[in-house]
Amino acid sequence: MKQLTQDFLRTKKLPHIWCPGCGNGIVTAALVRAIERAGFNQRDVVIVSGIGCSSRAAGYLNFNTLHTTHGRALAFATGLKMARPELIIFVIMGDGDCSAIGGNHFIHAARRNIDLNAVIINNHIYGMTGGQHSPLTPAGMKATTAPRGTLERAFDLLELARGAGATFASRGIAAQPRQLEQLIVRAANHKGFSVVEALSPCPISYGRRNKLGGAVDMLREMKNNAISVEKASEMDPSELEGKILTGVIYSTEAPEFSEEYYRLIGNRTDGGTTSG
Amino acid sequence: MAETKPVLMQGNQACVEGAISAGVRFYAGYPITPSTEIAEHMAVRLPDLGGVFIQMEDEIASMAAVIGASIGGMRTLTATSGPGFSLKQENLGYAIMAEIPCVVVNVQRMGPSTGVPTAPAQGDVMQARWGTHGDHPVIAFSPASVYETFYLTIAAVNLSQKLRQPVIMLLDEVIGHMREKVLIPEAGKLLVERSSDIVPSDWKPYDEKGLTPLVPFGFGHYYHVTGLFHDQYGFPTGEPSQVERALDRIHDKLNKYRDEIVLTNYIGHKEPRVVIITYGCTVRSARAVIKRLYWQSRLPVGLLSLQTIWPFPAAEVAALARKADIIVVPEMNMGQIVGEVERYARGEAEVVPLNRYDGEMITPDQISELIGRWL
Repeated sequence: MKQLTQDFLRTKKLPHIWCPGCGNGIVTAALVRAIERAGFNQRDVVIVSGIGCSSRAAGYLNFNTLHTTHGRALAFATGLKMARPELIIFVIMGDGDCSAIGGNHFIHAARRNIDLNAVIINNHIYGMTGGQHSPLTPAGMKATTAPRGTLERAFDLLELARGAGATFASRGIAAQPRQLEQLIVRAANHKGFSVVEALSPCPISYGRRNKLGGAVDMLREMKNNAISVEKASEMDPSELEGKILTGVIYSTEAPEFSEEYYRLIGNRTDGGTTSG
Repeated sequence: MAETKPVLMQGNQACVEGAISAGVRFYAGYPITPSTEIAEHMAVRLPDLGGVFIQMEDEIASMAAVIGASIGGMRTLTATSGPGFSLKQENLGYAIMAEIPCVVVNVQRMGPSTGVPTAPAQGDVMQARWGTHGDHPVIAFSPASVYETFYLTIAAVNLSQKLRQPVIMLLDEVIGHMREKVLIPEAGKLLVERSSDIVPSDWKPYDEKGLTPLVPFGFGHYYHVTGLFHDQYGFPTGEPSQVERALDRIHDKLNKYRDEIVLTNYIGHKEPRVVIITYGCTVRSARAVIKRLYWQSRLPVGLLSLQTIWPFPAAEVAALARKADIIVVPEMNMGQIVGEVERYARGEAEVVPLNRYDGEMITPDQISELIGRWL
């Protein structure tokens, strides 16, 4: 794999704060490679993030970066996109950040089909606070706030996005960073609200409590369970039980919100935006 | 400033026109009585100016979207009322911490909780001051007329830009819904103060040397914005001396520009025995008292109206306390600003509260009756 572009990293801010074995670095690297591969101009790219382990990624990336409040990254990004529709915005969130406290903003960003690229790093747990269950923790798994295993059922994040109106949804895994990179490129080139769910191991706060082994074991298990949507289409549904479907789960086209808005108002401007 | 056109309009509409005159081109909001007309007028006006109106999914998102658009370089405003103002508090604190300009309007209604949504009150004075967590500086204006709403909104937008600090407009239901004459400057004339369009090559978003204008995203300055304590480049820090310096920084800028921020107006006797100190719609009843007791009867009475509530006009109150024997503080709550008045009167004048909290305005007769005993 090619060396990462140093221009897109704030190397002075490294090493990062993530634990040994955390998958956040792999997903962040895939994002950097994707931005390079897509050929975007550095000044046009913005990284917005929420609060949690995953959201710390913004601080390591050499773009205009906006580390917001817990759950609200998509709402901040919506304002920014409407003010500056030419910007290419990636929104990095964690599973709790996006689907619990930020659930409302997630479904409404999807409903508007606003051209934001949501990258959700799903490690099935609140890592920053030490291992509480999230809406993406599989039922029965243990957490500090579910010592007997969580009774709650997990969201299927991509079905939630589809139901809410998102026009692109995909899933990758930290164990297959090349595919993840390709999915982020496709999400970025898709006009409308795009979702990339990136499954990522948290050996410290999730794996250890649930006896899933170390980081390598978790990555191996992830890889063994992953099945591409292309391959899955040839399989019997019963064979897919407990498997992780990867790739572009669906992609469709619908009017994009910021473009439609400016078309509706006739692309007028009186210089309300300052150049600084 | 050429004031050419007298127009009859509602307070909420004057807020919209003031904001637009000051260059606001982005509004995000959520419907709530008695502020909804602000959203409705913005929805009509902004598209014609190339601006953005967006109705968000909730109050929290509205506040977030406004901050996002400000970082994109637009002048922004959101409006709400008590319950929505509570929901906005976390992100309002973010804007204070990250030094992102924006204007937040709270058209106050009777609380707590859902309260009486259509009744006026002045119960959010302390929410405006301490609603978000941590030690933070606050600027809040409280207009007493539709005309003042227009001009204070302009001041709020410009001050917010200059100081990179959110400014709160604390209207109340009376001011928001009443109709009065406003003198509107020539059509299309922007009342926009720009600090500087030239960005120095060594620009830092949170320069230790002091205030710098915000360079919006997308212009090649790759800085970081966070609600964490940060260094002068915006990157997180937990280093004690930097944390302390960062907190001092956001407070110092308000101290430095205090004279531009703190606006008050005194009318009445030069050597008053009794002074009324109030704000918002209650100023109107107090003015009627001054008209009767001072202009007509020449009694030693004065009125200090506070256009700026926060930072509190401490020096102005202290100066009056040295002159007067009695300070009366009428407010439509159970006593909020009166505590501040007591604090700065330092016992030099007796401070007497006058409170009403039944959803009705304090009348001139109520004030006259109270102060009559000292005249």
